[in-house]
Amino acid sequence: MNMEDGLSLTLGLPGRAESDKEPNMSCFKNSNNNKRSQPETNDARSESNGSSAAKEAGMDSAPAAKSQVVGWPPVRNYRKNNVQAKKTESESGMYVKVSMDGAPYLRKIDLKVYKGYSELLKALENMFKLTIGVYSERDGYKGSEYAPTYEDKDGDWMLVGDVPWEMFMVSCKRMRIMKGSEAKGLGCNV
Amino acid sequence: MDPNKKRVDSLFPDEVLERVLSLITTHKDRSSISLVSKSWYNAERWSRRHVFIGNCYSVSPQIVAKRFPNIRSVTIKGKPRFSDFNLVPDDWGADVFPWLSVFATVYPFLEELRLKRMVVSDESLEFLATKFVGFRNLSLMSCDGFSTDGLKAVATHCKNLTELDIQENGIEDLGGHWLSCFPESLTSLEILNFASLNSEVSFDALEKLVSRCKSLRVLKVNRNISLDQLQKLLLHAPQLMELGTGTFMQELVSGPLTELKNAFSNCKNLLTLSGLWDATPLYLPVIYPACARLTFLNLSYATLRSVELANLLAHCKSLRRLWLLDTVGDKGLEAVGSCCPLLEELRVFPADPFDEEMNLGVTEVGFISVSRGCPKLHYTLYFCRQMTNSAVVAVAQNCPDFTHFRLCIMTPGQPDYITKEPMDEGFGAIVKTCTKIQRLAVSGLLTDRTFEYIGKYAKNLETLSVAFAGSSDLGMEYVLGCPKLRKLEIRDCPFGNAALLSGLMKYESMRSLWMSACNVTMNGCRVLAKQRPMLNVEVIKDEESDDSQAHKVYVYRTVAGPRRDAPPFVLTL
Repeated sequence: MNMEDGLSLTLGLPGRAESDKEPNMSCFKNSNNNKRSQPETNDARSESNGSSAAKEAGMDSAPAAKSQVVGWPPVRNYRKNNVQAKKTESESGMYVKVSMDGAPYLRKIDLKVYKGYSELLKALENMFKLTIGVYSERDGYKGSEYAPTYEDKDGDWMLVGDVPWEMFMVSCKRMRIMKGSEAKGLGCNV
Repeated sequence: MDPNKKRVDSLFPDEVLERVLSLITTHKDRSSISLVSKSWYNAERWSRRHVFIGNCYSVSPQIVAKRFPNIRSVTIKGKPRFSDFNLVPDDWGADVFPWLSVFATVYPFLEELRLKRMVVSDESLEFLATKFVGFRNLSLMSCDGFSTDGLKAVATHCKNLTELDIQENGIEDLGGHWLSCFPESLTSLEILNFASLNSEVSFDALEKLVSRCKSLRVLKVNRNISLDQLQKLLLHAPQLMELGTGTFMQELVSGPLTELKNAFSNCKNLLTLSGLWDATPLYLPVIYPACARLTFLNLSYATLRSVELANLLAHCKSLRRLWLLDTVGDKGLEAVGSCCPLLEELRVFPADPFDEEMNLGVTEVGFISVSRGCPKLHYTLYFCRQMTNSAVVAVAQNCPDFTHFRLCIMTPGQPDYITKEPMDEGFGAIVKTCTKIQRLAVSGLLTDRTFEYIGKYAKNLETLSVAFAGSSDLGMEYVLGCPKLRKLEIRDCPFGNAALLSGLMKYESMRSLWMSACNVTMNGCRVLAKQRPMLNVEVIKDEESDDSQAHKVYVYRTVAGPRRDAPPFVLTL
């Protein structure tokens, strides 16, 4: 039985030639060899060790790639799944389609870019070259030929501006700028 | 018979001794009592009502049943802790059924079962529900193998159920119908936690259940329960002490927010609040009236920013325990430091553990702020992307009472980001200054020096987690010198056979050792197994690694001999 592989103070796998005993990352067989995290002294050595370790791990030593280590960081599955679901929704932009009556194609806007309704409406006015005007609770967008509407999560078509901005952002599935008599009708029914 | 002995025994008859001992509850105390003398051993075993089994393979159900005839409550822990992070293959073991089948005969009056990291099938749950007539408390944490059908059986058959606590299990969620299986006659529920189940339950059934269980003190619902529904539940159960809300965001609330706020205000006994999924500044203020009394606030599912947190914490002066997401940032932690002087426990979880582009999270700055404002801090779990030795040293000095210090610098092997040095001195300061340290998790770039400090100073250390650290076998040898060490879990470290075998005399005084992706070979493990027959030395074979390497090793003391239920990929040497 060969005890030597256990007793000699090496850093890598038994049987591998190792020339130094100072700390480096080459023995982390499973970890992506992220150069960012290596000590910055003695670059030549760390680089050569890095590439041999990377070969062991079967990955190339690109520092930018995020670590693919199994079970690291030590966050339980339940927690990973439940928080991430929310994050992808809220961080990656809230793009909604905007259609305008009579226009040949739709546009897409990111609601997260706007701080509130006035910014959104200005953007729509610019995008479609029209005037929507000012919102009033009683009369909607009276005086304008157009009424911005949106479809909410329940599938109902609502007038833009009635609910708080935050609530609008999460419930808006897509928008439609209504024109003409239909638009006027929506404003008056409320 | 020796006349002296007889006199002593008659002075203190067994019945009296048993009566006295029945007041001793902790298993550590009872263990000590049982070692005093044979008569004390007997009195203790007859009077014990609760048994705690820290490793399901360290003892067999038959041995437990033989020693303790009158058990009413059992706690069992199964898989090694690293199974939480997918390091243990499925079908590894820890099935509860063999325990239940013995208990059905020996402890027909079993009332309580608390399981952690065990495999529990639907059949086991049905067996439990039907064979134990007086069964009352069921707690399943990080278990797997069952579905909501198993819960149906429990709800249907346990006539006196007082607790159903289902936490973070790998369960097959087939729908929420299980909740509707509680009969109208069931009014005994005191604890109901289904926060981690995903499918929708019948709100009508839940509402009726909550209103007829007058002793309900813990209610933790899942994300599907809306704010409107929560309000109704609170009206039925203002006596709640622990509440886990559902989603904390709603498009259209049917009544004004003041009603919801009043509902919270009326819960005069509320000490713990959790859930709060999707909480935004819009709705968070409804909990303010209840905040002054809260001692535990779990915000680890609410992606709050620093301002929202600061506004909330301004109302939480009694807080002892706080769990957060790192979206609150260092500014949020500054608020913790200024608002919560009584804080004893802080856990900060990463919102994006795998993608640091999303948000920086918390850093050494936040850690220091908390330590300055919260000198009573004794438990921390802190995930961060950058740390410095001087910060950890400062934290140790500000909070010398640490008992649990778990620091996770998320990039493996990362040094002090300012000095580029290893994090040895930081962790060294923790063990030198915090003499009561009981549990330690280390991370970042660490040489053997860290372990030298641990071995030298951590006299009370019981649990140690090590990953991507150390320079040589010496590292592990040092920590095996900790006198009270019970659990050691190691992954991805350069520790080999010499290190493993240096603990030859140590492992029997420990619960278990886990080593994965280290430099241990099959031969090393065989030597250990041969020298120490009271240990099970198990190697989990990995298809990828070669045959001479022991890729995953699990060593634990046992009086039950080698496992008889080991799957083919678990070799007992």
